[in-house]
Amino acid sequence: MFSLILKRLGVGLITVLAVSMIIFAGTKILPGDAAQIRLGQQATEANVAAMRERLGLDKPFIVQYANWLTNFAKGDLGVSLSSDVPITSLIGDRYKNTLFVSSLTALIGVPISLMLGIMAAMFPGSLYDRILTFVSVSLVAAPEFFTATLLVLLFVFALGIGNAVVVGSTENKGLFELIAHFALPITTLCFVIASQLIRMSRAAVLNVMSSPYIEMAVLKGIPRKRIIFRHALLNAIGPIVNVVALNLAYLVTGVIVVEVYFGYPGLATLIVQGVQTRDFVLIQGLGMIFCLTYVVLMLIADIAAYASNPRLRHPK
Amino acid sequence: MATHLNPEKEKGDAALNKGDVALNDVTLNDVIFETRNLNINAVRGDGSELPIIKSVSFKVRRGEVVALIGESGSGKTTISLSALGYCKPGLKFAGGEALLLGQDVSRMATDDLRPIRGEKVAYLAQSAAATFNPSLRLNEQVTEAPVLHGSKTQAEANAKALELYKALELPSPETIGTRFPHQVSGGQLQRLMAAMALCGDPDLLVLDEPTTALDVTTQIEVLKAFKSVIKEEGAAAIYVTHDLAVVAQIADHIVVLYNGEVKEAGPVDVIINDPQHPYTKKLMNAIKPLPESGQGDDDTSDHLRDDAALKAISVSAGYGVGKDGKPAITVLRDVNVSIERGKTVGIIGESGCGKSTLARVFAGLLPPFEGELKLDGNPLAASLSDRSRDELRKVQFVYQMADTALNPKQRIKHILGRPAQFYGNANGLSVKDQVNKLLEMVELPVQFADRYPHELSGGQKQRVNLARALAANPEVVLCDEVTSALDTIVGANVIELLKRLRRETGVSFVFISHDLSTVASFADEIVVLYAGRVAEQGPVDKVLSPPYHPYTRLLISSVPEPRIGWLEEAVATDEAASGIAGNVELTSVGCPFVSRCPMAIDGVCDTQAPPRRTADQKHLIECHREINELV
Repeated sequence: MFSLILKRLGVGLITVLAVSMIIFAGTKILPGDAAQIRLGQQATEANVAAMRERLGLDKPFIVQYANWLTNFAKGDLGVSLSSDVPITSLIGDRYKNTLFVSSLTALIGVPISLMLGIMAAMFPGSLYDRILTFVSVSLVAAPEFFTATLLVLLFVFALGIGNAVVVGSTENKGLFELIAHFALPITTLCFVIASQLIRMSRAAVLNVMSSPYIEMAVLKGIPRKRIIFRHALLNAIGPIVNVVALNLAYLVTGVIVVEVYFGYPGLATLIVQGVQTRDFVLIQGLGMIFCLTYVVLMLIADIAAYASNPRLRHPK
Repeated sequence: MATHLNPEKEKGDAALNKGDVALNDVTLNDVIFETRNLNINAVRGDGSELPIIKSVSFKVRRGEVVALIGESGSGKTTISLSALGYCKPGLKFAGGEALLLGQDVSRMATDDLRPIRGEKVAYLAQSAAATFNPSLRLNEQVTEAPVLHGSKTQAEANAKALELYKALELPSPETIGTRFPHQVSGGQLQRLMAAMALCGDPDLLVLDEPTTALDVTTQIEVLKAFKSVIKEEGAAAIYVTHDLAVVAQIADHIVVLYNGEVKEAGPVDVIINDPQHPYTKKLMNAIKPLPESGQGDDDTSDHLRDDAALKAISVSAGYGVGKDGKPAITVLRDVNVSIERGKTVGIIGESGCGKSTLARVFAGLLPPFEGELKLDGNPLAASLSDRSRDELRKVQFVYQMADTALNPKQRIKHILGRPAQFYGNANGLSVKDQVNKLLEMVELPVQFADRYPHELSGGQKQRVNLARALAANPEVVLCDEVTSALDTIVGANVIELLKRLRRETGVSFVFISHDLSTVASFADEIVVLYAGRVAEQGPVDKVLSPPYHPYTRLLISSVPEPRIGWLEEAVATDEAASGIAGNVELTSVGCPFVSRCPMAIDGVCDTQAPPRRTADQKHLIECHREINELV
């Protein structure tokens, strides 16, 4: 199993390298010149050439890539083309925002969704199961802005609680104030991840429930609760952690609609800004951060799946 | 352990029976389980019901083993599960009674059944590998039921489990419970399942084909353990099987089922020695005794040519990628087998001996890393992708499971028409005519051409599977366990069909099976594989009569015979003593059979590869012992 994890680590590293090449090459083949963008349209030829030299843009492609990658590994993401600020400080605050929202969403949404999904698997075909399936399928179909609008209408306008727009950053606020601020975006995101998590955990547990060893447990007179939580769940961990990891990655990288809707500054809106201002350096840095998030989360999920497999944990 | 009931339990039993005292006055202490006119229906999709079990009545008394015997679809498993008050999904109880210790379990709610299941009645399924939860340690699963039901503390249950592990002769009984299911062998797992069932001291055991999936050698070992443990624990048992030879060893009473009805019932010696009902007679006839000698059809000699149809010369093959071009796991070592034109070669050996691997080598699915293949005397490419279409046509494969080999979304005419078209048409028939001809060859009505595989029975599907191979007009057909998944009678019919086809078409068959008696009834030559080596090969009558390779002797002596008392004789032999409990282990040095061989020579058999000795013109034995020692 140790060698398997090492192999998996290797694959993760190769993925990161491959993605870094694609990101770097992708931003290079786009029209526009970083030095030109940085200095603006009015810059003289000589100024642009000097800037190119300073940014290392006159060096061969491979050398540029190698420099960029080593700097990235050291934590230096370069300087923004549009605002002359280091990328790390641009990202800093927004990363906190995003992490705050996504970790709170995960803490609330994941356990509740899994419980609901597993309960649906305990009573397949029951009224509860059918209602839950209906609701979760509807939630999958509903776009985030629609869910968000419904929540704002209900809480802010009808009940008068919570904020429709998140104001300011996370700094200088108490936890409760923060939660009041972020309650609606977090609820929206919980709904988004819940639909998939409920359906996948239900399917994973139901799949295991049809195995002969579950029938055997029934014929041994084992209570239903123990059959689900001891016999079935252990064998459903692999597929479930994978879905959880994918959803967590989505929370860090893909929540653009919710960020825009509630107007809070997170990473997803930052990358949109980067594209709008043609800030290649910013896009490169964020692309790598998103890639790392995915790779690390999937790595953890796979290791958890290995660990839950007795054949790998206890070889013959 | 004869009277194993603890006081609380007896109190419980008495309480259970209070309501029915008038009814069960006489049989109270005697009958453990009884069905009275039990009916079970299948519920169709539209809500209508189809009777599956029709008014079945039988009794199981304390200390008695009752065998339910019949083929698949006879309802034997369904009836046996009624003892646990359980119906498979889609079935329901539809009248009559299933009385466990006087209590009608067919009318009880699941919550009320829970304390009964695993305590008063325990179930052993066919496949222990599927029945054990792969993620839980064995001991937890074995002791789970009594601990949860509160009839034993964990310590008491552990002690009981240890006692059972010892009684079932499991290796290292103190620690085996800490292992996971994948860490023990199939035969051990089957015995552990018996321990799981017996841990709650049940009054009734329900055993559903518990040895059917096992090799003959493992079957003996498991049967022996079951028999002694049932006797010691004083439990009653329902033993579900399709194998009369097994029944003769273990049962006291037999109930013969057909189509959900009882056809015949009585004590084991009466049914075995003097069957009355035609169906029981048919079941008895389907058992193929091992031929004494001089077997094998000789009327195929006109197809003989000088060069063998298919030949493997010094073939070694394995799986995975290892060092210096060799596979990580070498399965076959230096295998020489030639399949003469129009002859049938049977390949036998326990699971893990490389039988299917050899078929895959012939088929080109697994190129060997050493040795060569020849087809009609010409070199044959090792890999499927390097073979010409004509070479592909000449070697065809028939898989064990027709269910998975036939595309469920294609009609039979497409399944058969496609290879017929692909491999060309020698006699100018249209595809439709060819399909009809193939169906006739395998004795199926031509109307089946328009059907889908799921509309056919298991035996019919296997015939289509066979016709699919014949559609290519092959020279050699590789049959991998083609009758193993079929019922005795259906399997015997498929063998008859194969014999006819061999006679009429002159096709050579490679017939792989773990069932020695099936192979012996059909093959001209036998190859005995052990751990990837050819232990013995030659004409059927030569291989099945002395001199034997010690492994062949073990296999022959392990085939159950349908007579009472066979098991006791079989386990008393030298071969059984040293061989039945062993596992097949692939080794690169010495003779792989050494650890299970009663005749092994220390310092020779474990260090040197055995020499190939010629016992008779075509009869070869690989053994360190001289031929005259092997008689």
